[in-house]
Amino acid sequence: MTTALIFLPFAAAVVVWLLPLPGRAIGSLALLAALAEVVLWLVALFQFDFEQQFDFASPQLADRQSWFSDLEVSYHVGFYGFSFWLAGLAVVVSTAAIGYALWADRERARAYHGLLLFLLGAIVGVFTAQDLLLFYVFFEAMLIPLYVLVGVWGGARRLRATATFVIYTMAGSLLMLASIIAFGISQGTFDLVESGGSDSTWIFLGFIAAFAVKAPLFPFHGWLVDAYRESPPEVAAILSGVVSKAAVYGLLRIAIAKFGEPLDEFQTTILALAAIGLVYGSLLAFRARDVRTVTAYSSMAQMGLIVIGLFSLSEIGLNGAILQSVAHGLISATLFLLAGMLELRGGTSAFAALGGLARGRPALATILMTTGVIALAVPGSVAFAGEFLILVGVYGVGWGWAAVGAGAIVLAAMYMLRLISGVLHGRRGPAATDSARDLRPAELALLVPLVGLLLFLSAWPAAITERSFPIDFPDEAAQAQAEAEP
Amino acid sequence: MISTPKVDWFALAPTLALLGASGVALLGAVLVPWWLRRGLAAFVTFGGFVTAGVLAGYVFDRSEEEQELLVQSMTRDRLGALAAIIVAGAGALAVLVSWGERRRDHQGEYYALLAAAGAGMVFFVTASNLMTMFLGLEWFSIALYILCALDTHRETSLEAGLKYLIVGSFGSAILLFGSALVYGATGELGFSAIAAASGEDEYLLLAGLAMIIAGLGFKASAAPFHMWTPDVYQGAPSSVTAFMSAATKVAALVLTLRLLVVAFPEQEHLWTVAVAVVAVASLAVGNFAALVQRDVKRLLAYSSVSHAGFMLIAVAVNTELGARALLYYLIPYAAGSIGAFAVVAARERELGVPVTLDRLEGFGWERPFLGVSMWIFMLGFMGLPLTGGFIGKFYVFSAAYEAGWWWLVIAGVAATAVSLYYYLAVIRTMYMRTDADLRPVVAGGSPPRDPLLAGAVAVAVAVTVGSFVFVQPLIEWAHDAAASLPF
Repeated sequence: MTTALIFLPFAAAVVVWLLPLPGRAIGSLALLAALAEVVLWLVALFQFDFEQQFDFASPQLADRQSWFSDLEVSYHVGFYGFSFWLAGLAVVVSTAAIGYALWADRERARAYHGLLLFLLGAIVGVFTAQDLLLFYVFFEAMLIPLYVLVGVWGGARRLRATATFVIYTMAGSLLMLASIIAFGISQGTFDLVESGGSDSTWIFLGFIAAFAVKAPLFPFHGWLVDAYRESPPEVAAILSGVVSKAAVYGLLRIAIAKFGEPLDEFQTTILALAAIGLVYGSLLAFRARDVRTVTAYSSMAQMGLIVIGLFSLSEIGLNGAILQSVAHGLISATLFLLAGMLELRGGTSAFAALGGLARGRPALATILMTTGVIALAVPGSVAFAGEFLILVGVYGVGWGWAAVGAGAIVLAAMYMLRLISGVLHGRRGPAATDSARDLRPAELALLVPLVGLLLFLSAWPAAITERSFPIDFPDEAAQAQAEAEP
Repeated sequence: MISTPKVDWFALAPTLALLGASGVALLGAVLVPWWLRRGLAAFVTFGGFVTAGVLAGYVFDRSEEEQELLVQSMTRDRLGALAAIIVAGAGALAVLVSWGERRRDHQGEYYALLAAAGAGMVFFVTASNLMTMFLGLEWFSIALYILCALDTHRETSLEAGLKYLIVGSFGSAILLFGSALVYGATGELGFSAIAAASGEDEYLLLAGLAMIIAGLGFKASAAPFHMWTPDVYQGAPSSVTAFMSAATKVAALVLTLRLLVVAFPEQEHLWTVAVAVVAVASLAVGNFAALVQRDVKRLLAYSSVSHAGFMLIAVAVNTELGARALLYYLIPYAAGSIGAFAVVAARERELGVPVTLDRLEGFGWERPFLGVSMWIFMLGFMGLPLTGGFIGKFYVFSAAYEAGWWWLVIAGVAATAVSLYYYLAVIRTMYMRTDADLRPVVAGGSPPRDPLLAGAVAVAVAVTVGSFVFVQPLIEWAHDAAASLPF
């Protein structure tokens, strides 16, 4: 099942690359493949046993095949509750992105859609990998299509953006590779389920380097703005919404699950970096002048918050981090796609050129308003639920962290409200002409499911929080025990 | 009656097949009508390489125990057989790449020399005696000197040939001198006999060892013995460069491994460090020099220097895992190397001028298949996943870490990071310039069709990607081959 979920996009990518069809047809085919992937994920959702006690030693829907035996490397994939939600996020956001690419009618559609599908396969692979080398393979495999997608179809300064992006990412990844080798050789296996823990600070830091760049964590965020600004909007949506979550999975599955002592040693440092990222990113977002940059920096801030949740090392904080990951993925994907739609209309998403777009464009106004309000974490929204859990979790580590986090919610309100008013209200800018029409039905078809999911999770955040790290319900456990006794 | 040693013709069969092909091609150059020469020579040479590969496969299959043949002059074992298979594969691909090369004369001779060089390499990797080693080395080197200089109407080709001849002979001379010193110290020529003989004169032996390492370093184009590499790779006909970069490296590194492990186990503490230093020097020189290259063949030449560094890491660790890593590494490296030079050759034939980075602009969109293939070869050289290059680097680093050489892992990782820049530069120019940036380089016309070259590139892609997926069988072969060395 998991294997099918990984290789369906890869197979679809190859088909899309090879079939000599015109642009729209190939885009439709790619969208169809992505929808099939969504269906496959839903099927897996029903197969997944959320009642089963969470345990890193027993991934579900697992597949295992020896890859090369002398170093004990295997193709081993499987899901945990939390990674299942991250994979779902990846599938949904990528489908929306592919739909957007079809709508925007990209040049060289075969290459483009094939790369998007390839990227999806790699991302799902990252979220399921249970072998360190396999994890690295998928982790790097994400970079290859991203490099081309940004480098070929990106904005005017795309070469610079890709160069920075690749240098940062690869520097982190190669350190991780060294760590993987050190970890695997000293454990005698590269399998994550079979291997034990390690106390090596250096190995730990190698992993942290890769994830800190990917997230990104302050001060490893140098690549972020250029990459998010120069990408095509749908790629930016995937990059900020989903690819950054690879860091969440890595931190949780490797750094937190495998390293006991170094974790305690560096908890404060990482929390501090995350908190700085949260505040600094929020401030930068407040100063930014267009929708994309606001979303980019808010992404950085949100990732800081998620990392705070992870490194609270408490169950409630971890639950919050996963919920917030999903919420942020959906929010930032929606905002980037919206930014792309605004750019299609006026050629820019700068606040100076926009404004007053609410008048006569009810659909745009509603979607942006809803997303924005959820993003600034009004009570009752899914982002609020996530942030609340994270803050409660980290309160156990120290009240100061919780205070910083709470302060950041205020900052989030500042930049999100500024974004909303900059686009929708105020005076009409030069790009906000009458030819900039309301969202078309096709665009709504992309955005409404994303916003709908956000509203659904706002109404029922427990859908994720109770199913990320499921524990036995006490009474059932007792019952089972009673039955087992002779 | 002179008693002659028993000759194991089966073990010699791959070499003889190539020698035979070479002879037929050479005779064909004289005896058959001119319009048939190229076809005949190419066909016979291709057949020779394929036959040699198949025969080497048989030898591999039937040589579970290593045997010393002909008074310790050569070894029949799986290590030599595996290296012969890789060399033969590289040679067969090189024939396909060569077919489309426009050459006014010397068609038959070209292929005859290619087969002769292949025969020399196949012989060289089985050498287990300082004399046969030198013989094999000169055998394939002389063939390569001529091949480099074969395009006599091109000044750069002549320059490449001359440079290779002079520097290569210098390297050979050092190797020979070193061999003489080792013989002087031990009184033995056979590799295993050298190990058994307790050297009275330790310093003489060490001086000899150092000179032998240097001499082999010339052939492997490891820094600081690499000076000829960029000029020769640039000047030689691209198909020759393709063959040379893949096959010579295989032969030189496999023999280096065999010689050091079999003949000098006592001096292990010294040569491991020496080889490690050479490896790091190659990584540094190769990668940093490649950063500033504009000519793609020069760039790939420096890249080949840096890969010599990665492979020497595997030699330096002196463990069975290291040997396995080296043998595995050679497979995707050889495929990628031939493939990349084949793509360059295709562009060269299209434009009729040397290929610089600028002249690759837009190439990826014009020739989608070759473009994507080049992408894959560059990924392989970078050591990114979905190519065997990644697994190769992973094995090399693992071997280094397992043996406790963690600083070699760090050096390798740093070198990989630097190498990204120039490999990605190739991709960048092929795909990422907008039409507005493009400077027109071609004067109309459609690119020449060259199905054989495309076929060779396809095979190289298949090996590069296939070696990533099917690691287990390859590593088992490497394991069997490495088992014939006394670790």
